Amino acid sequence: MKDIGHIISEHAFFSDLPERYCKLIGGCGKAEVFEPGQFLFKTGNKATQFFLVRHGQVALELHAPGKDVFRFQTIGHGGIVGWSWLFPPFTYMFDARAIEQTRVVTFDGLCLRGKCEEDHELGYRVIKRFANVMSRRLVETRLQLIDVYGRE
Amino acid sequence: MSTELLMPQPWVVQKTERENEDVVTLTLAPESSDHGFSFLPGQFNMLYAFGVGESAISISGDATTNGSMVHTIRDVGAVTHALSAAHVGDVIGIRGPYGSEWPIASHTGRDILVVAGGIGLAPLRPVVYHIIENRHKYKDVAVLYGSREPKDLLFRAELESWKDHNIQVEATVDNATPGWTRHIGVVTTLIRRAKVEPRGAAAFVCGPEIMMRFTASELTGRGMNPDDVFISMERNMKCAVGLCGRCQLGPEFICKDGPVFPWPRMSPVMTIREL
Ligand SMILES: Cc1cc2nc3c(=O)[nH]c(=O)nc-3n(C[C@H](O)[C@H](O)[C@H](O)COP(=O)(O)OP(=O)(O)OC[C@H]3O[C@@H](n4cnc5c(N)ncnc54)[C@H](O)[C@@H]3O)c2cc1C
Repeated sequence: MKDIGHIISEHAFFSDLPERYCKLIGGCGKAEVFEPGQFLFKTGNKATQFFLVRHGQVALELHAPGKDVFRFQTIGHGGIVGWSWLFPPFTYMFDARAIEQTRVVTFDGLCLRGKCEEDHELGYRVIKRFANVMSRRLVETRLQLIDVYGRE
Repeated sequence: MSTELLMPQPWVVQKTERENEDVVTLTLAPESSDHGFSFLPGQFNMLYAFGVGESAISISGDATTNGSMVHTIRDVGAVTHALSAAHVGDVIGIRGPYGSEWPIASHTGRDILVVAGGIGLAPLRPVVYHIIENRHKYKDVAVLYGSREPKDLLFRAELESWKDHNIQVEATVDNATPGWTRHIGVVTTLIRRAKVEPRGAAAFVCGPEIMMRFTASELTGRGMNPDDVFISMERNMKCAVGLCGRCQLGPEFICKDGPVFPWPRMSPVMTIREL
């Protein structure tokens, strides 16, 4: 069976990361399976983890009393779920729920944050990767907002 | 230039299918059987709603089916409204086919990505038909399709049936409504979920210009050769034969040089605000 360090080294999100860092980050990760409907995290929970989706699909959702749940994005194979563990107030802003059986690597954000504080080279590399995910998500969200298909 | 090129021929509506709230597919047959026709995937006709006017509409049917012509029309204004309201037995004027084709036949032996947004799936459907009819000639194939809401998706039942031909079909919407259990997000997010690796593959992309721009950028960013990305442009046009200049974009006439272009020929002009 492959160890977590090996799994992540093959993954685009961690590509080009020196082996020693893959091992280090792998040390904060564990493989998990979420069944359809199961929550990865809920709004307001303390944000201590993030997830690398290996197979399956996770939906990000918002809920309000008396209203249908608003599902606004899905993240599939290869995607990263959760960055609230990186920034104060370290609280999840949305619900994340598996909508099919989903295999992930779950990372302990507290453990990784500690390692990043100790080794700023590692911290820089991690933040750079998350910044890339965030900027993509922002572009995608903008496109989603402008109603691009209504503008043909 | 022969005047025949500019002369609409009468075609009779054989069948109408409502795809969604504002999109209809018409199947037409020539009124007189003496003019045969053929077309290539990606080409369009000028459809004339008598007494209203003319619009460029891509052919959305199978290029190998003789005797009928299929068009999928979105009701956005006077002409498309009149065309969408046509009934079986009504006569519509058609001239064409015009324009360049999707170069699918010259991309055998390759992985293929078909990326569509909104009504953009209509001009790409003949590409999918071509692939299905020649499935053994292509390697991995994925159709990635984005629309605003689930109810806007075109050819829904047919999309599912393409999977039977070893084609990955993924649909995504910007706004999910209750009951939608598939992807949510813009169509570019499907590219990283496709089983087709962009490097070495060819892509056929059609949809709103903004969507095509971001799709091309995502594909080339993931290693696809820009020359292997093809897009179809829809700019207002009038004569459709390169005479009037209405659809001129930089050095190109969309009607006769396009509508299908390799991405590098369009990318410089697509980012100029004034064009
Ligand atoms: C090569 C080509 C292929 C096309 N294929 C299809 C197709 O398969 N199905 C389909 O529904 N439509 C297609 N179109 C778009 C279609 O031609 C226009 O929607 C139509 O001409 C609008 O005419 P109208 O009188 O109904 O609306 P108008 O009142 O003229 O316009 C309504 C709105 O549509 C816009 N518009 C007008 N003409 C065009 C145009 N040519 N392209 C884009 N936007 C336009 C206008 O700016 C306006 O916002 C295609 C266009 C081209 C150039």
